Amino acid sequence: MTEQEIYANLSSKFGDKIFEFMEEGTLNPTIVVEAGAIAKIVLYLKDDEKFQFDSLMNLAGHDADVESDFSVIYHLFSTELKHYITLKVFTSRDEPKTASIANIHRTADWHEREAFDLYGIIFEGHPDLKRILMEDDWEGYPLRKDYVPAEFYRGMRIEKVK
Amino acid sequence: MGALNHKFNENILITSLDKLLNWSRSGSEWYFQFGLACCAIEMMSAAAARHDLERFGAMPRSSPRQADVMIVAGTVTLKMATRVKRLYEQMAEPKYVISMGSCANSGGPYWQHGYHVLKGVDQIIPVDIYIPGCPPRPEALLEGLMHLQKKMREEPVLAKKEN
Repeated sequence: MTEQEIYANLSSKFGDKIFEFMEEGTLNPTIVVEAGAIAKIVLYLKDDEKFQFDSLMNLAGHDADVESDFSVIYHLFSTELKHYITLKVFTSRDEPKTASIANIHRTADWHEREAFDLYGIIFEGHPDLKRILMEDDWEGYPLRKDYVPAEFYRGMRIEKVK
Repeated sequence: MGALNHKFNENILITSLDKLLNWSRSGSEWYFQFGLACCAIEMMSAAAARHDLERFGAMPRSSPRQADVMIVAGTVTLKMATRVKRLYEQMAEPKYVISMGSCANSGGPYWQHGYHVLKGVDQIIPVDIYIPGCPPRPEALLEGLMHLQKKMREEPVLAKKEN
């Protein structure tokens, strides 16, 4: 099934929860959807006979610049039908929040923890949302564009070169 | 004509105990392998058949309590740095540290933007030998170990150190 067909199908099924279809300027054709509806959409894509997206290849957080919204990108693949689709949700910078899909795709568990760790995006409904790479007492979210490293961490100097 | 005559003809050497101990110490540099990044691959290859660190009595250990020298091979992140320090403290005296590669020496490529990297392992533990390179070739590690042997041989073990 082509990406356009998937987009058309999702649009008719979920209506205004599906925002736009991006084909130019992106590496993979991408469907932008509403953050609150992502779990429902991913579950539908997984269970429906026509799609059978049974594999979440990747889930990544993204911060484009200091004023933009954060986004989360989902790369889905169907091992049965061998087709791909990329989903994307935007979430506000002040209150970054989206629904967790960890109970739909187990892959998402650690990937969502990574996005939480580095961007501070809250995945509601995640079974164990805590830092995965940085130490638990780390302050701030290092991959945010407006992140400023602290001067010290546990007495060790994090040197800044000007 | 005692009973011991002609029994040890050519087997007696006269030396100081310090020298004897240092000779044996420098011939058995058991190293605590701290492979943290790509330098670990070079360390492994130095230990394997072609370069064969065991020629020098250097043998990898996975416990700090059995090791004489810690080879910090790779990028020391701040998260790992706390562990490096604790494991160094668990090693028995006399203990030595080899800092292998640019990352362990100074942060290497993470010098400027590495928010998570310790800029040199010498900020938390004393380092005896620095090996430059990114990563250093096994020959460089061998030379570092031989410099350490030299350092061991010159150190007093039993005699009091002059301050």
